[in-house]
Amino acid sequence: MKIVLYICLLFSSLLYANVIEVGPTKPIKSIKKAISLAKVGDTIMVHQGLYKEGNIIINKKIVFLGKNLPVLDGQKKYEVLSIKADSVVVDGFKVIKSGYATLEDPCGIKVYNRNDVVIQNNVLDDNFFGIYIQNGRRCIIKNNRLVAYGTEEQKLGNGIHCWKSDSLQIIGNTISGHRDGIYFEFVTNSIIWRNISTRNIRYGLHFMFSNDDAYISNIFKNNGAGVAVMFTKNVKMFNNFFEENWGDAAYGLFLKEISDSYIIGNKFSKNTSGIHMEGTNRIQVEKNVFEANGWGMKILASCSDNVIKNNNFLGNTFDISTNGSLVLNTFNNNYWDKYEGYDLDKNGVGDVPFHPLSLFAVLTETNPSAMLLFRSFMITLLDKSEKILPSITPDNFIDNSPLMHSLAL
Amino acid sequence: MNRIIRIIFLDILKNKIILAYTIILGILSWSSFGLEDNSAKGLLTILNIILFTVPLVSILFATIYLYNSSEFIELLLSQPIKRKKIWLSLFLGLSLSMILAFFIGAGIPLLVYSADSVGLMMLVVGCLISLVFVALAFLSSILTRDKSKGIGIAIMSWLYFALLFDGIVLFLLFQFSDYPIEKAMVAVTALSPIDLARIQILLQLDASAMMGYTGAIFKNSFGTSLGLLISFLLLCSWVIIPFFISLIKFKNKDL
Repeated sequence: MKIVLYICLLFSSLLYANVIEVGPTKPIKSIKKAISLAKVGDTIMVHQGLYKEGNIIINKKIVFLGKNLPVLDGQKKYEVLSIKADSVVVDGFKVIKSGYATLEDPCGIKVYNRNDVVIQNNVLDDNFFGIYIQNGRRCIIKNNRLVAYGTEEQKLGNGIHCWKSDSLQIIGNTISGHRDGIYFEFVTNSIIWRNISTRNIRYGLHFMFSNDDAYISNIFKNNGAGVAVMFTKNVKMFNNFFEENWGDAAYGLFLKEISDSYIIGNKFSKNTSGIHMEGTNRIQVEKNVFEANGWGMKILASCSDNVIKNNNFLGNTFDISTNGSLVLNTFNNNYWDKYEGYDLDKNGVGDVPFHPLSLFAVLTETNPSAMLLFRSFMITLLDKSEKILPSITPDNFIDNSPLMHSLAL
Repeated sequence: MNRIIRIIFLDILKNKIILAYTIILGILSWSSFGLEDNSAKGLLTILNIILFTVPLVSILFATIYLYNSSEFIELLLSQPIKRKKIWLSLFLGLSLSMILAFFIGAGIPLLVYSADSVGLMMLVVGCLISLVFVALAFLSSILTRDKSKGIGIAIMSWLYFALLFDGIVLFLLFQFSDYPIEKAMVAVTALSPIDLARIQILLQLDASAMMGYTGAIFKNSFGTSLGLLISFLLLCSWVIIPFFISLIKFKNKDL
């Protein structure tokens, strides 16, 4: 019995961690001093107030808590919060005005080569880079709100920037006004879930050399160039919204050199191009909705073995466009609102194949100015005769089993 | 003048053709809007009506009406009324009835199903196109005394604006595709009222596609409020200039 008691006491003393309170009315007024006093496992509770302490470095495993959003001000000179210890928790701060430098990339919050760091419920306002994970593992970035106000790409950093990391979780963040909303380079086995990335200058999400990741149920809206996923394999893109990415080089989703990936259940609406594919192989594009885009999908001739099936194409100016006559992709069982065929056996699948590539889409691809003539009566006539007797458009660009009714997606 | 307009207006209304035109427009518009849940198909149908049917009916009906009422015009000329007044009231009577037909036939379904910027733009542009082709009808009917020749000119000019012009533009586009011709092409479209109308509607209807590279050029030329103003002024000048020429010819004509 005594032994049990001793063991309990021993554990409780181990479990017991100090709470160090910092605030304008508390005995300790400086965060830096609190960190220097703290021992491993302590909690530092920062109360409401404005803290201008330059670069705050957390080099111990502590819980760093903010109460009522205390403001950490970088005064446009310093990196605000540098995390140089494993398993640090940063929760509930308002981090503003990090410095600007092109060599060092000062951030709102930066993790240096550490694992298991949790950054949550923070507000980051007007920083160069927002949250930066450099060579981290199993870090969680959750429910943060990031805003920046720059107008030039060179003078802006990314919202959530992750480099050479593994097993990250980026969940429920709201990012706007940065260069790239979320940036992934050499990040593997990670998940991006339920984030909202809007009005960023370049990409809502930028993905490079990052294999085996998934992004699910995010909203990418009104970004300068949409979302780019490049030089990557095994990416899963499920149930995201890509909306209103407008401009010449703006795409709902831009894919370059991607292979063995899945694009399922997404909604692309009102983009200049819904999906732009370049050099992509073996991708499943399934159960997506393409609605009111300029171009639903642009599939360049360098793509092969992609399967596009069970999608809805509704009210796009052009459903599909391509730049060559080589077609190595399959289209099956999609619903095209431009389909004019019939279904005599009433099995829900049209009896005549559909050519999704219109003559005019090919014409504008070779000569963009021809857009001037779009919907003119002449062009409509030409388009109709091309549909019946394909001569300019590749005749194997075809959906053999177009659906008669749109899928409930 | 008001009395002459009223006489002409009532005369046209008594003529069953305009009534039939209104009903046909109405059937086309209502049925195409009712076909599907979204208004896209209906808008496209009305776009084609504006680009195709409205010009044809306006120019043909007005030309034939003018030739048929030559005796009435001569009767009016024997009265102490200024020639300008007669010609102007003829124009107003005819264009008013064409606009009314378009408004009742296609405009009301437009306002019911798509009362946004696209619908309003189509309504305004459709009325303007009616006016333009009535004005062109006045020009073609004053050019020659021969009725069949005059109607021929009317049909030819409709064919030219509705079909040939786009063919020529397409040809030019591909012949000069190695040169930066986008801006020049914008200027060329000013030469056809139908193209001006079409591009204005396109900018509203296919907004996403118009955000692309060349689209952006057109958007910058036509889509700004200045561009909008200019293209409407151009459309108006397509009404005023043909009518003005016909007016001068009518004033000096030996009847």
